[in-house]
Amino acid sequence: MSLATLTIHELSQKLRQREVSAEEITRDVLGRIESTEGTIHSFITVLREPALEAAKAADERFHREPDPNPLLGIPLAVKDNVITRGIRTTAGSKILDDFLPPYDATVSAKLRAAGAVIIGKTNMDEFAMGSSAENSAFFPTRNPWDTARVPGGSSGGSAAAVAADQCAGALGTDTGGSIRQPAACCGIVGLKPTYGRVSRFGIIAFASSMDQVGPLTKDVTDCALLLEAIAGHDPSDSTSVDRPVPRYSEMLAGGVQGFRVGIPKEYFISGVQPEVERAVGAAIRVFQDHGAIIEEISLPHTEYAVAAYYIVATAEASSNLARYDGMRYGYRARGRDLTETYTLTRAQAFGAEVKRRIILGTYVLSAGYYDAYYLKAQKVRTLIRRDFDEAFSRCDILLTPTAPTTAFRLGEKIKEPLQMYLSDVFTIPANLAGLPALSVPCGFDAAGLPVGLQLIGRHFEESKLLRAAYAYEQATRWGALRPVLESA
Amino acid sequence: MPITRDDLERVLLLARLSLPADEEARLVQELGEVLAYVEKLDRLATDDVPPMTHVVDIGASLRDDVVSNRPDTDALMANAPAREDGFFRVPKIIE
Repeated sequence: MSLATLTIHELSQKLRQREVSAEEITRDVLGRIESTEGTIHSFITVLREPALEAAKAADERFHREPDPNPLLGIPLAVKDNVITRGIRTTAGSKILDDFLPPYDATVSAKLRAAGAVIIGKTNMDEFAMGSSAENSAFFPTRNPWDTARVPGGSSGGSAAAVAADQCAGALGTDTGGSIRQPAACCGIVGLKPTYGRVSRFGIIAFASSMDQVGPLTKDVTDCALLLEAIAGHDPSDSTSVDRPVPRYSEMLAGGVQGFRVGIPKEYFISGVQPEVERAVGAAIRVFQDHGAIIEEISLPHTEYAVAAYYIVATAEASSNLARYDGMRYGYRARGRDLTETYTLTRAQAFGAEVKRRIILGTYVLSAGYYDAYYLKAQKVRTLIRRDFDEAFSRCDILLTPTAPTTAFRLGEKIKEPLQMYLSDVFTIPANLAGLPALSVPCGFDAAGLPVGLQLIGRHFEESKLLRAAYAYEQATRWGALRPVLESA
Repeated sequence: MPITRDDLERVLLLARLSLPADEEARLVQELGEVLAYVEKLDRLATDDVPPMTHVVDIGASLRDDVVSNRPDTDALMANAPAREDGFFRVPKIIE
């Protein structure tokens, strides 16, 4: 068996027992990237030499440290909107084509301090705007289960890389589902933490009131390990929360006996692929069989979430992306005067979806429209938050499909923005309310494409989500199935 | 309310963006569809609902007013499209 197929905790155990070296693991994973990347296109940048150096440094640390960090020597991929000192970081955009960050994002620094081997920077929808990775300015990423299909997005490169064994685990970001939806499409585990649980310092901003960094992994144990490594208060991010980080990986056992699991009826609507509904229905029975108390509940404002999200997210994006003016970093076009220089710079280097969202965001914030759109959306956000408060007064966790369909075909939705936005209909509400939510594999459709199960928890109750997902994973083992890839 | 070509021109100026003429027509239509979709929010009575400001209320995060970063002008300016003597070089602003 190839080392590249193993999980983080399996690799970590082998490293501790000196069965393998970090360098052997990294070489194996680099070999896997070499043989599959021509088919999958997960990476914008592969860090061959830096990864081998980091692996050798990790091997030296194993000799010195009696109780090494579980990430020491583990090859991980990082989404390309997480800045990495001295390593090209593009956010999937031409405007940052040759950007070399002068410092590390807090999560990058934490991975490096833990001794993880950063193997590459993964492809994504430009500035994380999209649900298919097709909006990358460079190339689309393919789904390892069926290369005619998208891997989901925006963290499509991270999800595909994990599913194709091109890394042991990866970081993504999630503003409206960008970790959970690709995790579902690629048959892996993905977690969006509570807003404020993980530092956003050094994350290239899309919608600051919803952006969160989180893990994409081969199983729930790895998800807990990676969350443990990146969570925590950061004085450099004023929205990060000063609460102790639980040892998530030690809290997985215990099962779901007596767990009150809410099934929001608004998530079982027409438009959901019947096979997705069946797989999620079967998952509900697994929870029931393991002693969970299943209760149908209502989140009455669910149908307004996508509309509120596209106002808030585009408004924040139009403001955040105003910084790309071609003056201090990034691409600069030549105009006759300053305004034309700004305009040409942005017109030439932003892609179609980014422009569409900047325009919508500028419109909803502009004089005369602010109350009708932005203020209204923020009020609806309060209503959505209240729906969840009410549900969590009775339930420990909520259980839903992650996405209404399995992975769609490349090109299928790219010409219809609204249809693309609706792939996030089940993931967006957790972002609007700042709640933690994860996706865990729960079966396959008739075409052999993975289906994702979403669990949503109370603020800062990631441990409960992980415990429920772990119990489900142990009972079913859907996630242990991996795609068969022909080498390119 | 439907978006017009004039609305789009106004927004493009505010956002410092431009589009080829044929894309403008398409965008007017696409934005119209998205705005028609978000109009469903008008069905909700929200007069007494406070707008959300923070999803997780942690109050203001304050720190002592001390320098925490080391000055490293060269590293910070290394990505500049044009620079000269520790300054960003930009197009002339005043004629």
